[in-house]
Amino acid sequence: METANTRAPDRSQLKVSDEVAIEIDGMNKWFGNFHVLRDIDLTVYKGERIVVCGPSGSGKSTLIRCINGLEEHQKGRITVDGTVLNSDLKQIDKIRSEVGMCFQHFNLFPHLTILENCTLAPIWVRKTPKKEAEETAMHFLEKVKIPDQANKYPGQLSGGQQQRVAIARSLCMRPKIMLFDEPTSALDPEMIKEVLDTMIELAEEGMTMICVTHEMGFARQVANRVIFMADGQIVEQNEPEAFFNNPKSERTKQFLSQILGH
Amino acid sequence: MSDTHAQSVAFVRESFIPEQAPPARETGAIRWVRHNLFPTIPNAILTLLALYVIYVLLSGLLPWLLGGVWNAGSLSECREITGAGAGGCFAVLTERWNQLIFGFAFPQTEYWRPLLAFVLLFVAGAPALLPDLPRRLLILTALYPFVAYWLLWGGTILTPVSAFLGVLAGYFAFKATDRWSFALSLGAAVVAAVAVWWVGGWVASQERDFLAIQRIQSRDMGGYMLNMILGTVCISLSLPFGILLALGRQSRLPLIKYVCVAFIEFVRGVPLITLLFVANVVLAYFLPPDTNFDLILRVIIMITMFASAYIAEVIRGGLAALPRGQYEAADSLGLDYAQAMRLIILPQALKISIPGIVNVAVGLFKDTTLVSIISMFDVVGMIRGPILASTDWNGVYWELYGFAALLFFVTCYGISQYSQWLERKLATEHR
Repeated sequence: METANTRAPDRSQLKVSDEVAIEIDGMNKWFGNFHVLRDIDLTVYKGERIVVCGPSGSGKSTLIRCINGLEEHQKGRITVDGTVLNSDLKQIDKIRSEVGMCFQHFNLFPHLTILENCTLAPIWVRKTPKKEAEETAMHFLEKVKIPDQANKYPGQLSGGQQQRVAIARSLCMRPKIMLFDEPTSALDPEMIKEVLDTMIELAEEGMTMICVTHEMGFARQVANRVIFMADGQIVEQNEPEAFFNNPKSERTKQFLSQILGH
Repeated sequence: MSDTHAQSVAFVRESFIPEQAPPARETGAIRWVRHNLFPTIPNAILTLLALYVIYVLLSGLLPWLLGGVWNAGSLSECREITGAGAGGCFAVLTERWNQLIFGFAFPQTEYWRPLLAFVLLFVAGAPALLPDLPRRLLILTALYPFVAYWLLWGGTILTPVSAFLGVLAGYFAFKATDRWSFALSLGAAVVAAVAVWWVGGWVASQERDFLAIQRIQSRDMGGYMLNMILGTVCISLSLPFGILLALGRQSRLPLIKYVCVAFIEFVRGVPLITLLFVANVVLAYFLPPDTNFDLILRVIIMITMFASAYIAEVIRGGLAALPRGQYEAADSLGLDYAQAMRLIILPQALKISIPGIVNVAVGLFKDTTLVSIISMFDVVGMIRGPILASTDWNGVYWELYGFAALLFFVTCYGISQYSQWLERKLATEHR
């Protein structure tokens, strides 16, 4: 995105620790007979901002959906914040309450107001008192710059506003890690910027983020690692500068020429 | 264009012709008739035809209604009064009013009890049916079944009180053991409830006359009251059972899933009337002799089973209509299955299902008249049996069945209007 490009990259203040947030080790996944993810090894450190890109069908979304157990992996090991992801529902719920996720289609709850969308999980999962949950919600709604919409229903908001609410809803759980599954793909062009700005702000505060996105401007500006996936494998990963200016594999070059070439 | 002046262009109008009234044939009633009733020759013919049909209907109906006899002791008396006129014999309604409403065996002195229960039904129903009332009033709804049972069947007040205390004990046992697994706390709740019921049942059997009102047998219930009892109880029971069946049908556990599928498919594949015969006749062969398993209770179980299978399918449609993203969003926030269902999925799925649920409810309410086939005297049973069979009123079909139809129409139309109001009330998607 051009708008994101114009901001000066300021990665110096974005510190990455050597504490591990997510550890994926030899993970494989099949949909029936179709081998979607092959031998994925990935270590994400706390505070890292990772952008995952690749052609459609390459398994990017499936990869991050495996991290919070929305998809079940069949082989290998995923550890999130020290908790091993297995089929135990309690473990999965524990991981999910630490990992926030934003979807392409926002997936706000249409029968609840914006405020209720944001307070629901803190009240029921974290057992936060209602008043406190509402204060937290208002804090994050202010942060995504829509506190005045708190009592409206999702259907009354624009796409960009809805996605920002979805981000606020995740943040209300005070997650340690945020996953973004193509958060701007379903938006009209003029609304992409407002969502990206919110995500940039989040990155600058040191949130650990994994974003599946085609916004290469965003990747250049905030990512400290770009991962390129094709056919269910991680083909290449590198720092954004090196990744964009100096791709190693042919597949990456081809992909980059297609999305940057015009 | 603001600098265009009359001098510089060929023609610019500067004064406007005043408005004139439209021609008389283009305004008011004449225009409406011309445009809506007689726009073309075929339409004019249709209009005249419709007017003729309306005339024929009204010329038959109005004398029957307006010239009707409301005070007479028998059909022959009616005939004497109307003479050759076409007036209906509505006297049967006034003379047999109590039988139509309460059945023929319900003690006259106790009519106030079902009436009170009927009035309280609205008080108790309001908190559950009107989303704007404070949630705290739901306690009235929770109390109502016990109060209504006591009012209708009578006996010592200890019976409904101990039943209520049993439910309360179960609830608190469940709450107290909430932190354990769901199955364990459910077990604890059942044990606590059964214990209280057992003790309460024993106390009630010892103190039969403690604050007792006259006991009324199930077989003495009848008339429209019986339809109301069956309809209200079965609709309110079949909704929760239908929800459980619909969720069970989606379960990942094969046992639960196939039990639910088998139940739904079996019950839906069988006519209600056969289930009622099973309740009435066949069950008696399987139960030990001398067991007195209340007939109304048996019928309630059968109708509830029947309706919940239908409601389960309606709700399954609502569940299927929700985008997968709603499930995923609920999951990704860390809500567990029960929370996700209760807070996210069911409120939306039920909202989608309202028209279907109401459809089943209305159908079920009218189906309660089928109990007349198994010799229970609901309003249709009363008409078919005691009233039409009596020498006084033999032959008064139109008035009686018309009255029954009117009763059901008023109730069902009310339910339908409520559901449409609720749909509008819950609509949040619009801008």
